[in-house]
Amino acid sequence: MSVIPVDAAAAPVDPAAVAATRRRLLFLRNGKSRLGIAILLGFAVLAVIGPWIAPYDPSALSRDVLQAPSGAHWMGTTHTGQDVFSQILVGTRGVLVVGMIAGVVATALAVLVGVSSGFLGGLADEILSALANIFLVIPALPLVIIITGQLPDAGGITVALVLAFTSWGWGARVLRAQTLSLRKRDFVEAARANGESTWRIVWFETLPNLTAVIAASFVGTVTFAILSQVTLAFIGVTSISDWNWGTILFWAQSNQALARGAWWWFVPAGLCIALLGTAFTLINFGIDEFVNPRLRLAGASARSLRRRGIVPRIGFTAVVRDTGCPPSGPALDRPALALSKEATR
Amino acid sequence: MTPEPVLEIRDLAVDYGYGASPVHALRGVSLTLHKGEVLGIAGESGCGKSTLVYAATRLLPPPGVIVGGEVRFHGDDGPVDILRMTDQELRAARWQDTAIVFQGAMNSLNPVYRVGRQLTDAIAAHRPGSSRAEREERARELLTMVGIAPERIRAFPHQLSGGMRQRVMIAMAMALEPKVLILDEPTTALDVVMQRQILEQVMELRDRLGFSVVFITHDVSLLIEVADHIAIMYAGEIVEQARASEVYRQPRHPYSHGLLHSFPPLHGPRRPLAGIPGSPPDLQALPSGCPFSPRCPEAMDVCTDVHPDLGPTAAAEPGRRVACLLHTEGRTLPASLSV
Amino acid sequence: MRFVLRRCIFYLVTAWAAVTVNFVIPRVMPGDPVQALINRYQGQLSTDAVESLYALFGLDPDASIWSQYVDYWGRLFAGDLGLSFTFFPTPVADVILQSLPWTVALVGVASVLSFAVGTLIGVMIGWRRGTWADGILPVTAFLSAVPYFWLGLIAIMLLAVTWPVFPTSGGYDGGLVPGLYPEFIGSALWHSILPAGTVVISSVAGWILGMRNMMVTVSSEDYVTVAQAKGLPERQVMFGYAARNAVLPQVSGFALSLGFIVSGTLVMEMVFSYPGVGFVLYQATGGQDYPLMQGIFLIITLAVLVANMLADVAYVLLDPRTRQEA
Repeated sequence: MSVIPVDAAAAPVDPAAVAATRRRLLFLRNGKSRLGIAILLGFAVLAVIGPWIAPYDPSALSRDVLQAPSGAHWMGTTHTGQDVFSQILVGTRGVLVVGMIAGVVATALAVLVGVSSGFLGGLADEILSALANIFLVIPALPLVIIITGQLPDAGGITVALVLAFTSWGWGARVLRAQTLSLRKRDFVEAARANGESTWRIVWFETLPNLTAVIAASFVGTVTFAILSQVTLAFIGVTSISDWNWGTILFWAQSNQALARGAWWWFVPAGLCIALLGTAFTLINFGIDEFVNPRLRLAGASARSLRRRGIVPRIGFTAVVRDTGCPPSGPALDRPALALSKEATR
Repeated sequence: MTPEPVLEIRDLAVDYGYGASPVHALRGVSLTLHKGEVLGIAGESGCGKSTLVYAATRLLPPPGVIVGGEVRFHGDDGPVDILRMTDQELRAARWQDTAIVFQGAMNSLNPVYRVGRQLTDAIAAHRPGSSRAEREERARELLTMVGIAPERIRAFPHQLSGGMRQRVMIAMAMALEPKVLILDEPTTALDVVMQRQILEQVMELRDRLGFSVVFITHDVSLLIEVADHIAIMYAGEIVEQARASEVYRQPRHPYSHGLLHSFPPLHGPRRPLAGIPGSPPDLQALPSGCPFSPRCPEAMDVCTDVHPDLGPTAAAEPGRRVACLLHTEGRTLPASLSV
Repeated sequence: MRFVLRRCIFYLVTAWAAVTVNFVIPRVMPGDPVQALINRYQGQLSTDAVESLYALFGLDPDASIWSQYVDYWGRLFAGDLGLSFTFFPTPVADVILQSLPWTVALVGVASVLSFAVGTLIGVMIGWRRGTWADGILPVTAFLSAVPYFWLGLIAIMLLAVTWPVFPTSGGYDGGLVPGLYPEFIGSALWHSILPAGTVVISSVAGWILGMRNMMVTVSSEDYVTVAQAKGLPERQVMFGYAARNAVLPQVSGFALSLGFIVSGTLVMEMVFSYPGVGFVLYQATGGQDYPLMQGIFLIITLAVLVANMLADVAYVLLDPRTRQEA
């Protein structure tokens, strides 16, 4: 391997259970991921209907200059009297579309490079994983800036593609590690022994078992793309005429919103980004716990743990004697000492 | 002369899971280990034999919880209940009283520390007065004792072979001259020749140092050779307890019989090998009555209703106990279980 | 030392790739940004600047791509990155050299601090689960989702405008002349607290989460149970056995995410008008100063590679398995 060997993300996946619908439902039953999905759906709805429900034209100037939030302008106005709330609503679409496109394209690239490199092995693996690592090591932002800065038109789709092109490295790395471990599993070996073609094995035996990892890498890339896109807009590298949350911040920054104390100008956009990002992080928590059950620790029963006074830890098994379930098994010469009702430490 | 007990496990009960319906992995297990004795615990995987020793040492990882029983260790200052010890007491007692050699020889050593450091850190923790040179000398001595060149003190675990790593673990276990040594399938990952060598080494050390041994394995024929007493476990309970030679000559429980006949005997006449039909029960959905009844060739109607307790055998042999309804009074034992 | 050799080859290839990308990008871009630029300046560009642009963008019709490439490498080794327009006629190399120390100091301090603090917190909450400390996780989820620069804006708003504790911008007191004397160093440190603190707060979440997850994984390794069975002191088991192994993927993760942290810090410098490379990059993008932008990309990438090598050295020191003779 040309990379440092241990990989935090390469948690073992249990192949046998991946296809089971029960487990998929388990993922949806996870409180964290449900909350994340709910927030994401909320923003998705806004992305669709935002421009229709926006009370004002986001670019329209008015006499209400630099107004604090009020009934007429829920999130106040800019220095030229534009309605910040409308800008946020209209800008949602741009943010989500760019994030999703970048996420889909980058994940496709990551799957292509990661899985082939894991599967082909040998020289092809060396080259492909070196390629992925190169993209991982090169700082993305300056690279994106020099590319978009020199493009004649840096609109939404272009930015999405540039981001996708520069951000697939992580996903590819994780997928490669995962593919490598899958490749040695019995069921893949069996398929190979049966003479199934490599691509059939990849498509039917490997990819379904990578679903969770692919999903995690997709979610990660979308988050990254959204943050980068907003950052690029904020710096003013990309087209400032399209409304998105970053452009709002760009105008706020370039018009000294901070110095003027116009907090309503930049706080809502940032909170929206944070909320959306949190949603993705929560979804990823859910996927992590789904992939690596060790992280789960019966999260749902944390309260019952506390009630029973159990601190689960390695090396000092909890002793609980106050439960109402006495040993049901046979008892050879009952101990002389009566079991006290002493609670545990 | 009755031998003195070192470790007494009484009614130990262990659950897995903290939720509303935990799995009862151990249900009232009692066992006694005597001074200088080798106690074997056998059973299929998942029968709770490892759970038993991990719970008795309080090393069982989450989500295991001990829900009842006591584990009395007879030290120099009289018996103490391990399950009631505070963390500090437990920490101080560990490795001095009971040392363990774990299943995975590959993963028992910290990969980033040299062997010497891992041999000495236990000594340093328990003998704070010892000097660095003394500890190092002791580590060399320990390595020599298990047949490893003392220079290997400078080696990292990845530079040692599997067999050597397991020897290092045994040396480590000897560091404080414990009263009890627990071997949890110490040789499963090794080849047969290596298994043999390591076991012989442990037994030789026992003869020399006089500690007691709890030896866990699924390989009954191996146990019969090295153990004095044997406990056979099934689905979280002990089903038969007897002297090793007795179990070998004449198992009294249908499960022991099946287990014994699933391995080729190491000595003596050959006998036909027969596995046990079916597979170990799901602890979450134990059958009613005797847990072994669905797989038992001798099962009677009553077996699915009544849970057998560990009690004397039909012949009332001294020191021998079995949990099988066939041994209740008035029943005739099938030919396979009677002499 | 197979491992080290492989890493060296990897860095050489990456450096080559970065330089080549830098060479290729202007040549494959659609349109003609140079002509547009020259038109925009309407003859105000000196011949030197135009020449530098032509060399950079390969618009010299007489030279083949190959000879341009060779020429490009040659100038690179001579330290010639062209002339900046924004700071015309200062060479790009000089502009970067002036601002680089600021960025290196800021990134270095902030990322190491964030790594150390985050890893330590991760050790704590990963070691003993089911305590109040688990409540930190959702907070970190939120913090890691916030863009660096926005947190910077909020920090400025709260701690520099509303309660003017810290300066809003700059790297030192405007009245001071940069130099190595106590007053200036004090001022520089004072100015760096807010930007560095913000970088730490926004990047610490990842380390906490990563270390926590690794601690959970490593805690169930046999050698941790063995350490407990040996009755070693809790701290020794926690740090010497569990954390000592759990930190290894963190270190390789540190190397890999340096690019990301550096990117974030560059933006932070823009927000704080901090005199580092990021702020220069901001000015360069504003003025469409392509030579400067590209020079910064190159230098930043090389700097990240050097930092990666240091992280690798740390990894080799931490993991004896990599030192195995092959």
